[in-house]
Amino acid sequence: MAGVAVSTTINGDSVEYLCQPDETLLDVLRDRLGLTGAKEGCGTGDCGACSIILDDRLVCSCLVLGAEAEGRRVETVEGMAHGEKLHPLQQKFLEHAALQCGICTPGFLIAAKDLLAKNPDPTEEEIRFGLAGNLCRCTGYDKIVRAVQDAANVMKGA
Amino acid sequence: MNFDPRFSGRKFASVGTRPIRPDGVDKVTGRARYGADFNMAGQLVGRVLRSPHAHAIIRKIDTSKAEKLNGVKAVITAADLPDLTDGDAGMYDILDNCMARTKALYDGHAVAAVAAVDARTARQALKLIEVDYEVLPHVTDVDEAMKHTAPVLNDAVFTEGLEQKPVKPSNVAKRTQYGHGDVHQGFAQADFLVERSFKTEQTHQGYIEPHACVASVSSDGTADLWVCTQGHFVYRQHCAQLLGLEASKLRVTSSEIGGGFGGKTHVWAEPVALALSRKAGRPVKLVMTRDEVFRASGPTSATSIDVKIGARKDGTITAAEATLRYTSGPYAGMWAELGAMTAFACYKLDNVKTVGFEVLVNRPKTAAYRAPSAPMAAFAVESAVDELAKEIGIDPVDFRIRNAAQEGTRASYGPVYGPIGIGPTLEAAKHHPHMKAPLQVNQGRGMACGFWFNFGGQTCTDLNIGMDGTVSLAVGTVDVGGSRASLSLVAAEELGIDYSHVKAIVADTSSLGYNDMTDGSRGTFSSSMATISAARNAIKILRDRAAQMWDIPVDDVVWENGQALARGEKYGNLSPLSLKEIAAQSGKTGGPIAGHSELVADGAGVSFATHICDIEVDPETGATRVLRYTVIQDAGKAVHPTYVEGQYQGGAAQGIGWALNEEYIYGKDGRLQNAGFLDYRIPVCSDLPMIDTQILEIPNPNHPYGVRGVGETSIVPPLAAIANAVSNAAGVRMTHIPMSPPRILAAIDAERG
Ligand code: FES
Ligand code: FES
Repeated sequence: MAGVAVSTTINGDSVEYLCQPDETLLDVLRDRLGLTGAKEGCGTGDCGACSIILDDRLVCSCLVLGAEAEGRRVETVEGMAHGEKLHPLQQKFLEHAALQCGICTPGFLIAAKDLLAKNPDPTEEEIRFGLAGNLCRCTGYDKIVRAVQDAANVMKGA
Repeated sequence: MNFDPRFSGRKFASVGTRPIRPDGVDKVTGRARYGADFNMAGQLVGRVLRSPHAHAIIRKIDTSKAEKLNGVKAVITAADLPDLTDGDAGMYDILDNCMARTKALYDGHAVAAVAAVDARTARQALKLIEVDYEVLPHVTDVDEAMKHTAPVLNDAVFTEGLEQKPVKPSNVAKRTQYGHGDVHQGFAQADFLVERSFKTEQTHQGYIEPHACVASVSSDGTADLWVCTQGHFVYRQHCAQLLGLEASKLRVTSSEIGGGFGGKTHVWAEPVALALSRKAGRPVKLVMTRDEVFRASGPTSATSIDVKIGARKDGTITAAEATLRYTSGPYAGMWAELGAMTAFACYKLDNVKTVGFEVLVNRPKTAAYRAPSAPMAAFAVESAVDELAKEIGIDPVDFRIRNAAQEGTRASYGPVYGPIGIGPTLEAAKHHPHMKAPLQVNQGRGMACGFWFNFGGQTCTDLNIGMDGTVSLAVGTVDVGGSRASLSLVAAEELGIDYSHVKAIVADTSSLGYNDMTDGSRGTFSSSMATISAARNAIKILRDRAAQMWDIPVDDVVWENGQALARGEKYGNLSPLSLKEIAAQSGKTGGPIAGHSELVADGAGVSFATHICDIEVDPETGATRVLRYTVIQDAGKAVHPTYVEGQYQGGAAQGIGWALNEEYIYGKDGRLQNAGFLDYRIPVCSDLPMIDTQILEIPNPNHPYGVRGVGETSIVPPLAAIANAVSNAAGVRMTHIPMSPPRILAAIDAERG
């Protein structure tokens, strides 16, 4: 099969790649571009471990084709920190121990970033429903919700 | 001087604080490398062909077409994994499970595998492999499998543990029995009796990271394996034995692990990846899909349990008995036995008897799932205990307190308990505000207790002191949930230095001596013991070096708060030497300073928990909502309390999913119908409330800091606690887990008549 040439923007950088027409954006990120922050937990849109932001919309990158990124903006977990400075969500996830194994963490961070961009002052219930597309099997979500609440407070104050 | 593991009751500076974990930043920035995040130059993609049948003879496999496909570099079947197990039945089962030899024993059983230049070619190649199956009748239900009429999975299996060897093979691999006293006599003394049968369905650990590995075998007999596992040393042993490699020539590196909960304690795909790499002469990466994880890794047992408990009017239990039947997949296990051991472990009983049956079925091979086998037994027993309390007319907490095991009680599974936490967790529950909170209509409160043994085992640790005075700690127990933080705290505590100066890593199998799995809640318990021992060995050297620097006898040097002190008036003018100062001079005083430790961590203290929960049941739909949840558990000593809370919360959440929703659903054809997260639905954020925790600390006398394992007990009480709450809310006793809406509705309808 002939490859598709794609020009896109990932975490603010212009990126070009060739991919197969049936290749997912998740596979492109992980296998072609070495951006392994997004994880594959299911490949069917059910776990959120592969969450990325595509033109300001939260999507499962396992359900997007690599070719669909043409001309769009992709944000992954690798783009959240600025140099040494962690994003408040990253910092609060660490402080609250909102990760145990951490495999779900990149997806949660991206989903939470998207949530707070749309709703900077969410209630507990809004956080719980906002993050309901992301599975975590380790934490019982308690510390994740608290970390997001705390980060929201910090970001409001900023 | 030998290492003294006894509890010393010291004051702590580092242990008990809550610093950020050393591997944290990598995990929030996406830099941490998990099983599937690693690649080798020239690597191929491995894929596995799986049986679509629950039970079938493999007559013939034709791989010739697949081999001819452009880009395919190796195709293997069982013939490429010859039997080197030398009569070791357990290893033979592992081998047969990795690649079916004569029969496919469950839907998803591996029958062949390919390595190709890319995923698409590998997938195509699988389609070109022709397998000629002779489909056999199958059985997936535990009670059905025990019947005489059931299809027998393995003609060589004759029930073990009976007085006489049976004349016919059957699906009952083993019978085990525990207990003491005379239950007949005990029941005769009872004023009240409860007798009930329960069922639980099969669940999966549901770790979010699928199994993944990269294998590379060289023609000189050396090999490398990168893999997500709970025990890379055990994987090395098993893979080396199955592949005929020398263990020391196979280096296994454990990646970051994206959840295991017992499910990453067995090799499934790794020997296959190694065999593919050996045949292809190139590295092979093999990553399971989610569908494969459900169908072909190791879920927990489905069970069927009968319980009978009798008590006097005053609330004293006079006798308790249980029969427990657990599926183990197509191979023998010890799952019912663990159920039989744990069932009544919370109670002080004069007359107790439990009998377990290991039952073979056409389902994937059962693996451990967090306190394996205990939650189902606790569900049955704690449900019956609740019901009995009601019949007698005693508060269920008081009833349990009255009968709780204590220090000196002979456990139902044999040993005599030391200091234990069941009584204290019950007292804490009794006085917890949760117990008094008001409930509305259709809401019910439930509580239940749980027990887990905890394991210790073989452990090895290296502690190296750098010339800049910082410490690198190499451990061999995989970090499944923050243990590098806990172990760094322990090293800092023992040496008397700051946590920030310790960096813990998990070493590969070529860099450190053998370590058992991270299972049985042993990670922090046993590696902290080895870390304390290694630190004490390092301190001996540090004292010796200080003595050299001062030119005084080493016996006059003591170690306090991270520095060497010269003891005695005559040394009044010698100012203390810090670890950093001693380390800086190490090149001149005898070379690098390190402490090593190899030990068998005995005396893992048993662990108990009590959970309380409130559930609302919609009587029209059978839908449930968890309103409030409280976990009270003994940690011995919480090294890093935040991660201890995390273990409590995570186990409770898994238990909630198991109790209310999760189950393997098999069709009549023996195929798994819900092999994905959409249809096998684990709890999501909006399903749960905050999970409150209360950590009790009843020191383990067999650990210097009093630590007990904390990882597993938290999944034991939820099934029962929730069943009791649902039963109270719905006004009908629930006996089948999961309590999905249709089951609850059916129970309500049956009650209404
Ligand atoms: S991997 Fe994309 S949702 Fe699970
Ligand atoms: S921390 Fe392990 S899945 Fe969320």
